[in-house]
Amino acid sequence: MALLSLKNLRVSAGEKEIIQGVSLEVGEGEVHVIMGQNGSGKSTLLSSLAGNPKYSVSGKAVFEGKDLLALKPHERARRGLFLAFQSPIEVPGVSLASFLRRAYAARFGDEMSALEFDKILSAKAEAAGVARSFLQRGINDGMSGGERKMSEILQLSVLEPRLAMLDEPDSGLDVDALERVGAAIGKIRKNGMSMIIVTHYARVLRSIKADRVHVLHAGKLAASGDERLAHKIEEKGYGWVLQ
Amino acid sequence: MGIAMKKDGDVSEKYGRDAKLSAEPGEGGLNVGYKTKEKGLTEALVREISSVKGEPEWMLKKRLDAFAIFKKMPMPTWGPDLSRLDLDELTAFVRPKGKEAGATKWEEVPPDIRRTFDALGIPEAERKFLSGSSAQYDSEVLYKSLRKNITELGVIFTDMDSAVKEYPELVKRYFMTRCVPAKDNKFSALHGAFWSGGSFVYVPQGVKVPSPLQIYFMMNYPGFGQMEHTIIVAEQGASVQYIEGCSAPHYTKDSLHSAVVEIFAGKASRVRYTSIQNWSRNVYNLNTKRAIVSEDAIMEWVGGTLGSGVTMLYPCSMLVGKGARAEHLTISLAGAGQVKDTGAKVLHMTPNTSSRVVSKSICRGGGLVRYRGLLYVGKGCTGVKANVRCDSIIADKISIAETVPVIDVRSDDAIIQHEAAVGRISDDQLFYLMSRGIDENEAVSLIVRGFIEPIVKELPLEYAVEMNRLVEMEMEGAVG
Repeated sequence: MALLSLKNLRVSAGEKEIIQGVSLEVGEGEVHVIMGQNGSGKSTLLSSLAGNPKYSVSGKAVFEGKDLLALKPHERARRGLFLAFQSPIEVPGVSLASFLRRAYAARFGDEMSALEFDKILSAKAEAAGVARSFLQRGINDGMSGGERKMSEILQLSVLEPRLAMLDEPDSGLDVDALERVGAAIGKIRKNGMSMIIVTHYARVLRSIKADRVHVLHAGKLAASGDERLAHKIEEKGYGWVLQ
Repeated sequence: MGIAMKKDGDVSEKYGRDAKLSAEPGEGGLNVGYKTKEKGLTEALVREISSVKGEPEWMLKKRLDAFAIFKKMPMPTWGPDLSRLDLDELTAFVRPKGKEAGATKWEEVPPDIRRTFDALGIPEAERKFLSGSSAQYDSEVLYKSLRKNITELGVIFTDMDSAVKEYPELVKRYFMTRCVPAKDNKFSALHGAFWSGGSFVYVPQGVKVPSPLQIYFMMNYPGFGQMEHTIIVAEQGASVQYIEGCSAPHYTKDSLHSAVVEIFAGKASRVRYTSIQNWSRNVYNLNTKRAIVSEDAIMEWVGGTLGSGVTMLYPCSMLVGKGARAEHLTISLAGAGQVKDTGAKVLHMTPNTSSRVVSKSICRGGGLVRYRGLLYVGKGCTGVKANVRCDSIIADKISIAETVPVIDVRSDDAIIQHEAAVGRISDDQLFYLMSRGIDENEAVSLIVRGFIEPIVKELPLEYAVEMNRLVEMEMEGAVG
C-alpha cells in the first residue's frame, strides 16, 4: 500500500479551481519531484495536503490508510506529514526552541522538560549546521531567506515526519546557502523518509535521488518520468512536455 | 512564584480570576479582626478608621481634608461606565484577624490566611528571590519581612500604617503632597480619606537593593473597598525594584480597589515598579499611580492587568530633571465583561528628557481594551525624545480595541514617534503552527505569548512563567 495516495484530487480557492484532478501515489521511502511553471498549482497542492483551511478540497487523499481530508492540519502533522513552507511565516516573540519542544511533544506524545529537549535539539541543530543562538530567535522573525529555509529544515529533522513535502527549498538562495540546504536535506533523507519536493531546478537532484519526477501544468499532471525528465526540462524548458 | 492559584486546585476555585461566583462565605471564612460599624462613606467613618489605627492628629486632618474634597468632586464624566459602582454599599475598613501579632514570620500568621498565601506561592517566592516581602489582607498588612543585610543598608520597607507612626517626618513630606494630591481626582480624594495599608519604601543615597521587594494584596471581604497607599522614595543614586501582586475571590457583591502609588526617583536613581493585577471580575480597579523623576533618573513601570471588571489605570511619569527617563511597559487583557481603560501619561517638563511607552492589549469574548495615553512636552523643553507604541490583538468579532492617544507638544525640536497597530490573529500564523502538530488553542496561545513577550521578558522569571500561564488560560477557546 502506498504511503500517500491521491485520486482525482481537486482544490479550489474561492470560485477558482486550481488543482483540477491530480492522481498520484507516493510509496514508502520514495522521493517524488514536482516541477512546473509559476501558477501551475504546485504550492497549492502541497498546502492543501497539509490542510490549509483556505482551500476547499474534493476527491480522495489517503495517508497511511487514513482519509487525510477528514483530518485537521495538526492531526495530519501528528501522523507524520510535514510541509516545509516556501515562505515560512513569522511568529515574533516565540523562540524556535520553545516552539519545537511543543511541536515535538505533539508529534510524539512525549512531554519533556526544556533541559531534556535541549539535548535532542542541540544534536539536531549541530547535524543541520545551525548555531545554538539561532534556536533562541523568534520563529522566522527578521530572518534572511536562507535562515528561514534552514529553520524549516531543522524543524523537519526534529519532527521526523513519514512524508516531508518541501515547497521550493531551493528558491531565493545564493550558491552557498543552496549547498547547505541541499546537504542538510540529503542527510535527512538518508533515514528513508518519503518526500515530495516542489522545485524549478534539477539542481536539487545533486544532493538527493528522485524516484519519480512529475510536471504539473494548469492544475493537472502533464508528464511523469524519472530523473531524466527533470534534466531535460532544465535544458529545454517546459514547451516540449506540454505539446 | 504564583501570582495566583498554582499548586492548589481549591485555591484556583476560590481565588482565580475565573473563580465561580459565590455567595459570601460564613463568618468563619472572613478572617475579620475588626470591621467598621458604619456602612457608607461618612465623616464619622473617617474618624473611626483613624481612631482605630491610633493615628496622630495630622493624619486625621489630612483624611478629613481629603474627605471634604471627595464630597465636592463629581464622578469622572469620561472613560468607562461607573454607574453600577455604589460607593455607599462598600465596607471601607476591615482589619484582618491576627493583625495585632505584627507577624514577621509566616508561622505567626493565622493558619487560614497563611494557607491562602502558601497556595499562592508567596513564602516560597520570598525564600527564592526577594529582598523583602509583605502581605496585605483586606485593609491591613499582617506580614512583613526584610532581609537583615538590606535592613543594615538603611533601607526602610514597612507598611504605611506603621510608617505614619515610625517615620512621621518622611511621611508628612511625601504623603499626598506634590506627587498625588487628594484633589487630583475623585478617587484619589476618596483614597485620601479612607486609605489603609500599603507600603512605605525608602532607599538611602547610593544604596542598590539587589533583588525585588514584593507586596501581595488579597481582598477577601465581600463588598469591600481596598485602598492601600504606597510611597517609594529612592534617594540620589539609589536603585530598587518593587513588585505588587493581587487577587481576590469572586463574591456576588462588587468590590472597589482604589490605590494611590507615589514614587520619588531622586537624582540618578533607578526605580522599577512592577504590578500584576489579577483581581476577580467583580472588582472596580481605579488607581492613581505617579512618579516624580529627577535629573538622570530612570523610572520604569512594568505591568499586567488581567483581572478586575473595570480598570482605569494610567501610571504617570513627571520628568522634572534634565536627562530623566521613563519607560512604561504594559499588558492589558480584557475578556468577557471586562473593560480595560489603561495607558500611560508622560510629562516632559525639562529639556533632554526621554520616554518610551509600549502597550500590548488583547481582547476576547466581548471584552474592551482602550489605550488612553497622554504625552506632553512643555514649552522650551528642547532635546526631548519620546516613543509610544501600542499594539492590540482582537481575538474575535465581538471584542473591541481602541486607542485614545493625546499628544501635546509645545516645544519645537522634540522627536516624537507614535505607532499603533491593531490586528487579528493571522490565519497564516495559525496554519503554520498547526502544520507542526500544534492544535488551534495552543497555536493561539503561542501567538499571544509571542505578542506580549517584549514585556514578559522584563518580569522576574517566576512572574514571567505565571504571566504566560494566566494569559494562556485566558485565551483558551478564544478564537471563534
